[in-house]
This record gives sequence, structure tokens and C-alpha cells, in this order.
Amino acid sequence: MPDRHSVGIVAPQTAVFDAPIQLASGAILPRFELVYETYGTLNADASNAILICHALSGHHHVAGRHQPDDKAAGWWDNMIGPGKPIDTDRFFVIGVNNLGGCHGSTGPASIDPGTGKPYGSRFPVLLVADWVQTQAMLADRLGIRQFAAIIGGSLGGMQALRWSITHPERVRHALVIASAPKLTAQNIAFNDVARQAIITDPDFHGGDFYQFDTVPRRGLRLARMLGHITYLSDDGMGEKFGRMLRSGEYKFGYDVEFEIESYLRYQGDKFSDYFDANTYLLMTKALDYFDPARHYGDDLAEAMRQAQARFLVVSFTTDWRFAPERSREIVKALLDAKKDVSYAEIESAHGHDAFLMEDAPYHALMRGYLARVADEVNPLPQEARA
Amino acid sequence: MSTAIKPAATGAPELRPDLNQIGHWIARGSRVLDLGCGDGALLSWLATHKDVRGYGVEIDVDGVVACISRGVNVIQSNLEVGLAQFEDDSFDYVVLSLTIQAMHNIEGILTEMARVGRTGIVTFPNFGYWENRWQILQGRMPVSETIPYEWYNTPNIHFCTVSDFDRLLIKLGMKNTGRVVLANGRRVEFMPNLLGNLALVRFERDSRS
Repeated sequence: MPDRHSVGIVAPQTAVFDAPIQLASGAILPRFELVYETYGTLNADASNAILICHALSGHHHVAGRHQPDDKAAGWWDNMIGPGKPIDTDRFFVIGVNNLGGCHGSTGPASIDPGTGKPYGSRFPVLLVADWVQTQAMLADRLGIRQFAAIIGGSLGGMQALRWSITHPERVRHALVIASAPKLTAQNIAFNDVARQAIITDPDFHGGDFYQFDTVPRRGLRLARMLGHITYLSDDGMGEKFGRMLRSGEYKFGYDVEFEIESYLRYQGDKFSDYFDANTYLLMTKALDYFDPARHYGDDLAEAMRQAQARFLVVSFTTDWRFAPERSREIVKALLDAKKDVSYAEIESAHGHDAFLMEDAPYHALMRGYLARVADEVNPLPQEARA
Repeated sequence: MSTAIKPAATGAPELRPDLNQIGHWIARGSRVLDLGCGDGALLSWLATHKDVRGYGVEIDVDGVVACISRGVNVIQSNLEVGLAQFEDDSFDYVVLSLTIQAMHNIEGILTEMARVGRTGIVTFPNFGYWENRWQILQGRMPVSETIPYEWYNTPNIHFCTVSDFDRLLIKLGMKNTGRVVLANGRRVEFMPNLLGNLALVRFERDSRS
């Protein structure tokens, strides 16, 4: 029986942009493509659109399935669908694979029209601002002047923040979840260890591994394992794995013994099968560079003063990679700038990953907030209310 | 001084009597911070009827969800750690309604209220209410409409009387600028410290201190 809360079978689309664009770094891309999916129906005045911004390893496939027998649904399927918190009966939801990604949008593995070979090491470094610029071009293409809401977790939350500063009139609501106004030194340090793992893998070939018909699998695997440790909390990991041994006894060797080792290696292997090493480098670099206060005298409140959106900021108690303190910095800046903002700090054992999990208070919060947004832009007919 | 409680505007949702009185004290178009705002009823009423903009602060996630669902700005935070996220003088009014009796650091929160706001408004159950005194005379801890808990399960740790609260304001260098005492929702003018069970006090920093 079909799940009536699922968007069902979905198909990605591609938007082609054939004119050159200048990126924040000054580099020029001669052309690019963005792969995206949409769910729900755009209303007559195109006011009910929601943009979902993805995090480091995310993509455009946010909800539903491509094939009926797909094992997993889109990465935020628990949040998006008919009757779900991001309700596709009322909103037109867009998921997009960011520029530089490895799920169909133009990225380092794409062919450089100048050379006829994959970009590899020549693909320009991107900033969050570049994603916002290209997402805005996609919005123009789809006839969307203003988003009802722009929503993102982690690196996605940074995109929502950047949107609200760069295009104030195009964002009614910004939902910034498990995010930060900039990374701390510790956070940049984690990113750099992940990058070093990739760059020093002999199969990386300076980023041009495509020509050698290989991938820096070991580097990617290590990068992902490290990342995963930081996305979970100590307590959450302890609860799930503890000191459990796979065989029940010590083997006095260096093979997989503890369950946590097995889990991390599995996650690393899986990731290195499909994720592009150059994309990983790009994404982590965009995270490191993000600092919207930088152009406002390091005053985040001054940066947020540009915004016209109303904000919902959410953090999770055991998230130490994007800790509640970082979210509170965003909230403080918005309060100082006298913006409309609400802030929730959700109790969770799941660390940074909590933003992707199903959790009753978290989903009630999202549902409550977005129901009001829907009432603003796409009111229900009177009879449906009764 | 404030006027007597007027009925809420026609069609308005019913407000708790203390919130109703607070609503009357707050000037149209002002900025309000509501500490321990619960489900956001006061701020929602003030936004609709008095064009007020502001924020609630609430520790309980169900309260936060309720506020957000009615479109009230709310910051989930523990009042015991202070109001560091708010700048000096950033509000016209800071409200603390039926919360102070359950707080540890009362001097701290009152000082913070006076820092971030021009006017503070506190409401609390009056421990000097005659029914409470009568129950103590009978040898029992009081349980009443405004103090509905048994001694062993109460969240309340700091009871005071109307007179006690005034003395604390003076100690903190603050000035009482208005007081209303209610009994069962009605205003009490005669011997309020004995006959009222709910006190509302408005205060400001005393410019002389």
C-alpha cells in the first residue's frame, strides 16, 4: 500500500545555464548545470516555494524514491511530504544539488569544455555565496521571486543565512538548523585533517585522479570516518555501540574487533564508493570560509541587519560539531538587529546528526512554524479549515 | 497608578486575570520581553491588541512549540543563567509572571530585568494571603488557588508577601511604580497583603540610587 505521507516516485530535472558566471573567488565558470527535484505544486502567485539547502554530503534527492524498490528514500524524507512538517500539500519544495557537487550538478568530475577533460584540480574553489547565487538563478528560472522559506541544516543553514543577507527581499523565513555563523578553529581543524587524508592519498593525483581511472578511496574513507565521529555524541555512540565486540572476545590484533570500528569502516567504505573526493574538499573549504560578519566589520548583528526574513534557529543539546553556543551567536545577532527570531534547543542524544532524525518535539516545532508560514502564503480554503 | 481591570476587547481570547492587568499596563506599540512566557498567550494578545513586538523566553519545549505555533517569537533559555543575550535597555517592558517563586537567583533576575528593560513587571502569589496564614495557624503548609502544590512536590522555593517584595526592590535600588493585588481575579484595595492572593508589581531603576 502506498504511504500517503510520501511524495512517492520522483524524478530529478536538470537546469542548464549556458552563460559564463563569475564566482566569489573571481574565477569564471563558462557554463553549468544544476540537478534538482521538486515536490508539491507551485501556487498561482509562486509564493509557496521552499528551498532545501543541503549539507556536506547531501544532494537534490530530498524526499521520495526514484524507483519503487529503492532501499532508501531521499535524505530528509521524514520531514518532507504530504502532511509532514514541510507539507507538500501546501508548499512547493525544491531540493537542489549544489554547484561543485557530485550528484549530477556541474562539479570537479564534469567535463571542462575548454579541455574536453574532467575539471579535476582546475575546478574553482566555491563559497557559500556561490551556491546562493546559482540557487537564485534556478529560482529565477522557475519563476520564484520570493521563497516562503529557505531551510537548511549544518552547511545548509549557512546557505539560508547567506540568502537572508544577500537577497533580503527574496526570503520570507529562514530556518537555520544545527548551524553556525562561522566555524571555530577546532572545526576547521577537523576539516583540514579530512582534507589531508584525501590529498595525501597517492591515488588523489593532485585532484586529477579521473585521468588515472582511480579514486582516492583510502583518503575519502578516513575523511568520512573522522567526520562521522564528530557527527555523533559520546553518549549516543556509547548507547549504540558501547564496547561491544564483534566476536565477543579480544583477538589481540588490528582487525575489526569493536562494533564501533566495524560501523565506521562500513560508513567510510560506503561513502568512498559514491562520493567525489574533490567535492569533499570543496564543501569543507566552503564551510571554513563562511563568515558573513567579515564584510561587516566582524559584527554579525550588522550583517543580519540586512535581513528581512523571520528566523527560526534550532540546535541540539549534544551537537558538539555545531554546538548550541554557535546557534546562540546567530540568535544574539538577530536579537541585537531587532529581527523576528525564535530559538529552540532540542534535547537529543544524536549529536550533529540529530537534525536529520525523527524526533517528536523537533518535528512538532517545524510543523508548528511552517503551518504559520503556509497560512501566510497559501491559506487553506475555508471549508478545509473546519 | 493603574486603573481597575477592564474587560478584554470584544472577541479577544480570555486572558488570565494577571495577564489581563499586565496587558493594561503596557503601552501600545512598545517592545516587550516576557520571561517564562509559557504558551505565549500574553505576547499573542499584546501583538493583536496593542501592536506590541517582542520575544518570550521559555525553558520548556512544549511551551516553545506552543509559542511558535501561534506566531510568537520565543527564545528557549534558562532564566537562571541571566539575560546575557539581550542588550541594555532593549525593551520597554520586561515581564516575569508567576515564575519568580520557583527561581533560585531572584536578585539576579530582577537586576537583569532592570538592565534590559525600562520597566519591569513581576507577578507572584502573595504568601501573606489570609487563607495561607490560616492554614499555617492550623499547622499545615498552605495549598490554595495560587499555590496549588503540596510542600513535597512544589516547584516553588521562594515565597514572599507583598511587603517583602517591596523591601527587596528598595534593597536593589529600584522603585515601585505601581501595584495591583488581586483575589480570585478581582482587585483588592483594602489590606491587600492580607486579602489578596496574587500581586502584580511594576518597577524601574531608581534614578536617585
